[in-house]
Order: sequence, then structure tokens, then C-alpha cells
Amino acid sequence: MGKDFTSALRPAIVLALLFAALLGIAYPLAMTGLGQLLFPVQANGSLVRDASGQAIGSTVVGQAFTGERYFRTRPSAAGKGYDGMASSGSNLGPTSRVLADRVTADVAAARAAGISGPLPADLVTASGSGLDPDLSPTAALAQAPRIARLRGLPLDRVQALVASITVRPLLGDPRVNVLALNRALDATGRR
Amino acid sequence: MTMQGWFLILAFVAILVATAKPMGLWLFALYEGRRTPLHLILAPVERGFYAAAGIDPAKEQGWRRYAVHMLIFNAVLMILTYALLRLQAVLPLNPTGLPAVGEHLAFNTAISFTANTNWQSYAGESTMSNLSQMLALTIHNFLSAATGIALAFALFRGFGRAQAKTVGNFWADITRITLYLLLPICIVYTLVLIAQGVPQTLAGSVSVQTLEGARQTLALGPVASQEAIKMLGTNGGGFFNANSAHPFENPTALTNLLQMLSIFLIGTGLTWTFGKAVGNPRQGWAILAAMLILFLVGTAVAYGAEAAGNPILHQLGVAGGNMEGKEVRFGIAGSALFAAVTTAASCGAVNAMHDSFTALGGLVPLFNMQLGEVVIGGVGAGIYGFLLFAILAVFVAGLMVGRTPEYVGKKIEAREVKLAVLAIAVLPLVILGMTALASVLPAGLAGPLNKGPHGFSEILYAFTSAVANNGSAFAGLTASTPFYDGLLGVAMWIGRFFVIVPMLAIAGSLAAKRQVPESAGSFPTTGGLWVGLLVGIILILGGLTFLPSLALGPIADHLAMLGGHIF
Repeated sequence: MGKDFTSALRPAIVLALLFAALLGIAYPLAMTGLGQLLFPVQANGSLVRDASGQAIGSTVVGQAFTGERYFRTRPSAAGKGYDGMASSGSNLGPTSRVLADRVTADVAAARAAGISGPLPADLVTASGSGLDPDLSPTAALAQAPRIARLRGLPLDRVQALVASITVRPLLGDPRVNVLALNRALDATGRR
Repeated sequence: MTMQGWFLILAFVAILVATAKPMGLWLFALYEGRRTPLHLILAPVERGFYAAAGIDPAKEQGWRRYAVHMLIFNAVLMILTYALLRLQAVLPLNPTGLPAVGEHLAFNTAISFTANTNWQSYAGESTMSNLSQMLALTIHNFLSAATGIALAFALFRGFGRAQAKTVGNFWADITRITLYLLLPICIVYTLVLIAQGVPQTLAGSVSVQTLEGARQTLALGPVASQEAIKMLGTNGGGFFNANSAHPFENPTALTNLLQMLSIFLIGTGLTWTFGKAVGNPRQGWAILAAMLILFLVGTAVAYGAEAAGNPILHQLGVAGGNMEGKEVRFGIAGSALFAAVTTAASCGAVNAMHDSFTALGGLVPLFNMQLGEVVIGGVGAGIYGFLLFAILAVFVAGLMVGRTPEYVGKKIEAREVKLAVLAIAVLPLVILGMTALASVLPAGLAGPLNKGPHGFSEILYAFTSAVANNGSAFAGLTASTPFYDGLLGVAMWIGRFFVIVPMLAIAGSLAAKRQVPESAGSFPTTGGLWVGLLVGIILILGGLTFLPSLALGPIADHLAMLGGHIF
């Protein structure tokens, strides 16, 4: 046993240091170099810029939309909402009173905003990250009448806009990127 | 449940089964120490490592020496990580100026990553500097995975060899596995992840002005390189608090599929490697079949429960399945499948918050871990855990027919059965003992976020996850306290190494035995009867031990949910 122990010390310490250099330093740095070279946009957070070059968000990360004239994003438990430094879900369980109270309030707000009928689940539930960039097409379309009314646009035009932003991957659910949708909305001219 | 959802699940299983043999062949080359095409580039690195460390890769070790060397290597790595985390504030690559990681959190995290658990008592973006993520955590993601596969190789050699004194060379095994398997796959995988939108930069964060005019700061870092090995090595420790639910860790439906496949890739290949190592690939397919039956049943229950949704929310006017804690881009099928995969394997990455699953949807991940994570399982750990159950299964079959049990040409005798029971009994003993302790002590009761039976589920899930070396959580539990950090740290250590040592003793004992040729009286371990027996043994051991605790937690929660009770 003693010999087993002492014979392990040199390989253990030397290999730990060599692997630390290879896997902890060389590998991530080489990947950073390659990533920056081959995919500079994605490697730096897939930022979206406006005409003046100002970064206004990321195509993959959600941001808060609380105003009436934009499609609203889902409720968020990340910090005070869509905090990019504090990703989090609510972690409320199925029988939580806090969850039931929160959903009750959000349902009431949706009703006040003119959405009738059964509410799409994603509209009144917090995502896992608190940074969900998407809505289901149903949740986006449910908001279309409000947007059309407030922006003075024909309803079918807003609905067509939602359809044009909807992505339908082969192995996944259809989704609408809310930042892309709201930018498209702004680009239609009438604010 | 939708057609689209089932299509995803079946496509996942089909791709997985298709990878079993190619992956198994590659692993078999490493098992035998044969040359691979990658030796052209990497063999000089391998030789250099051996020369510097004074290792003779051809000199094999008995099980005791293999075990001691493995333990000492892991202890050295753990101390290194603890030191790096404690010194984080004064070390470079700390762009957001984070302070040192606290004592009990560093203790917990160092054990956690050493034991391939990656339990996160911390939020990555606000706790770990880029250096800590890269150096202190990523190396464990590689080396704890390599250790798991090496241990599986040692046990395979026990079955595959006759009258042998040795089970391999630990140093050669981990070096080859890291250089010729984990690192090359991770390099390609990292680039795919970056192309899909996972950041890879040394910057700490970037600030944007949103469309509504607010400021939003987005945490960044070398995410992709860590994400790749986090999944492939079934580690599961996320760069960010929200883990694979975070759009920067898992941005698309495609990355979600790849992440799930990469969790199972090596574990599935190892079933084939085992069959090859004992001279009959059908032995491997039988194991994979038993695993997939258990996996598909669990997945179907979780998907069904989540798609059915929460009746309490339906009463409020909400339609459809349970989306609390889930991302739209994964949907209900992609989230339920991920939850089943990550807990069947000992990964513990999450793409949805398990705490917010419906009661039965959350029971499945919990139960998967309580079975000992032998359904595909962690890299290496899954198959050696499964083989412990196989030993018990042939023992039970032997009792029924009154013959000395045999498995793949080796007589299974009292010593092996005792050691297997010892390794398997650790799991319920520690999980249930510590859960009971935390359920009565004030420091334990301070942890849960949710009230009622769901609060008990949070505690039970934490200790199950720690002992099973999973690392996922019902994350409402506040675990960053001295009580939980300490107790969970001990739980993770016991769950990893108190299984490994008896398992290696079995490897040594089996290697020394002669091969017994199969005869007419041997119980066949390849057909449907054997697969059924395996599934039965695993379910009975898991089910009987944990059923009472599940009744107090998720099952009570489910009945409350159906009755519309809130807490």
C-alpha cells in the first residue's frame, strides 16, 4: 500500500500540471482564437446593431419588451427581468401558491390587453433561463390585434409579419424571435 | 403530446443506436491500446507526457494499485481546483473583477467537479472568473470523464481476461482517452457550437441598448469550449446559472439535439465495447436493449406529464402543457427528453428547470438517478454501475435454478456478489439517511423554496443528485449554505469513490479467475429473458428502496395538484 502511494505522487502531480496546461489553457485559448477567426459574430454574442452601429441586443438572447406598442416577451425570473448577468428560472413548483398568484395576475393583464380565449402557456409562464428570445406563434398572434390597433396597421399585415419571422425547425417546435419581430414591426414605417 | 414531439424522441434514439458500433469500435481501440489515425499527430504528445511523468505505459497495475493511483490523481486535482478558486481574485483572466470563491463553496465545488457531479451551488456568471471556468473546472470535465471510462476499461479487463494479475495501467488509460477521444471530439464540437451562436471570447460581458431604450448587460466568456466537454463528459456544470436553458449555452433546436446525443454518445458506445471485450458483441446489445427500455418508459412518462400540463393553471385560463421553466425553442418534447437523458446519464445539465416540472414529470428525473444512473449512465460510470446490477441478476437467476451463476464466461461467487451489494447499497443508504437528516434539522429545513410536499422533493432531489453524481437540481433549494455545501460535498465523494473501490475489487477478483466455457446449463445472457430479468432487478431494487420517499414527495405533490391544492 505504501509503495502504491509513493509511486503515484510523481505521475499524479506532473500529469495534473501537464493536463492543466493542455486542457485548461491551450484548448480554450486555441478555440477562442479559431472561433474569433471563423465565426467572429457568433463568438462575441451574435450582437444585432442598428443603422448607426450601436449594439441593440443579441439574436439569440431575449430582452424585455414591456410597452404596449411592441410584442411582449415572456415573464422572466432573471434578476428584475431579462437580466443578462443573472440567468434564472422561477423554480416554482406545480403546487406553489406564489406561482398561482403570479399567473393569475399575468392572466388578468393579458385579458386587460384584449386577449380572450385560452391563453397560450408560454405567454404567462417564466422560461428556464429568464432570457428566452422566442414566443410560440400562437402567443405572438394573440398579441397581433393589440399591435395592429395601436400602430394603425391592418391586422392581416401584422399577422403576415409574424408568419414571416416564424421559424419551423425539423426537430423542434416553431418559434418567433421577438427582437426580430419587433424590429420588423418598426421597419414597417408607421410607429 | 404531438407527432412532432414523438418524431424528435424516436429520431434521437435511432441516431443513438446508429452511433453505438462506430463509437464502440473507437473505444475498443483505446481499450486495447491500439494505434488510431490520430496517433499520427498526437502520439508525440502522449510520449512526452509519459516521459515527463516517469510513466511506463506498458507496465500494468493490479486492481489495488490502479485504485490508489486513481484516488491520488483525483485528490491532487481536487486540491488544485480548491486553490485556484480560493485565489481567483488575484489571478489573471478575471475581467469582471470577481472576488475569491468562499470556503465552503470552493470545498463543495472542488469535490463536485472531481466526482463528475458538477453540482452548482453557485451562479457561474456572478461567481467564476474566466480562468476558474477554464482551468479549475474544464480540466475536471475532461479528467473526471477520462477516469470514469478508464475504470470501466478496468472492469471490462476483469471480465475479458483469464488468470490475470493486472487490470491495466491507469495513467496510460486516462492519457489515451483524453488525447484520442475527448479532446478531438471537443475541438470539432466547440466549433459547431460557436457557429450556432455559443460565445467563445475572453471578454467578460457586453452592454447593449435594447429596442425600448433600456441597458442590458450580457455575460460572455469562453463558453463553447466548456460546453462541449460539459456534455460529452456527462459533467453538466454550466457556464451560466441557467445551464443549457441559457441561450448562450444552447441557442437552437439543433444544439439541443446535439447536446442530448453527446451526453449519451460515449456511454452507448461503451456497451458495444464491453461486448467486444468479452468476445461477444451480442452481450453488449443485450445491455443496450435493457437500458433503452428503461429510458423510453421514463421519457414517455415525463413527456406525457409535461404535455398534459398543470390543472391548477388550466383553471386560471391557461391552455396546453406545462411551460413554466421551459424555453420555447426546445418546447415540451425537447425539454422532457433532455430531462430524461441528463438524469439517465450522470450529466446533470438542464435545459429546463426540473423544479417547475409537474409532479410526475419531475419524478422521472429523480427516479432515473435513484436507479443508480445505469440507463446509459455517466461515461464509464453507467456501464460499470450496470454491470454491478448484472452480477446481482445472474446471482438471482442462479438461485432460481440452483447453479453457480456465470456471466460472460466468469463464475460469479460470494466475493463478487458481496462487493456488488456493498457498492449498490451505498446509494440508498446515503441518499435516504442524509435526506432524513436535512428534513428534521433547522439548517436543512431552511433550504427549500417551495412549500408542502414539493419542498421535501427539493431536499430529496438534492441528495439523490449528489450521491448519484448527477448535479442537476430542483434549483429552488438554497444550497449555498455551510450545511448543504458541506453535507452535499461529503455525499458526492461517497457516491463516487465508495462505489468505485468495491467495483475495482470485483475487477481484480474476476481477472484472476479462469474462463468457464458456456455449457448447456449456463443461463443465457443475450436474449429477451435476460433483458427482462435485468430490467426487473433494476426496477425492484430502485423501486422498493425509494418508493416510500417518492410517496412523500412527488406522488403527494401530484395528488395535491390534481385536487387543486396550493401551498
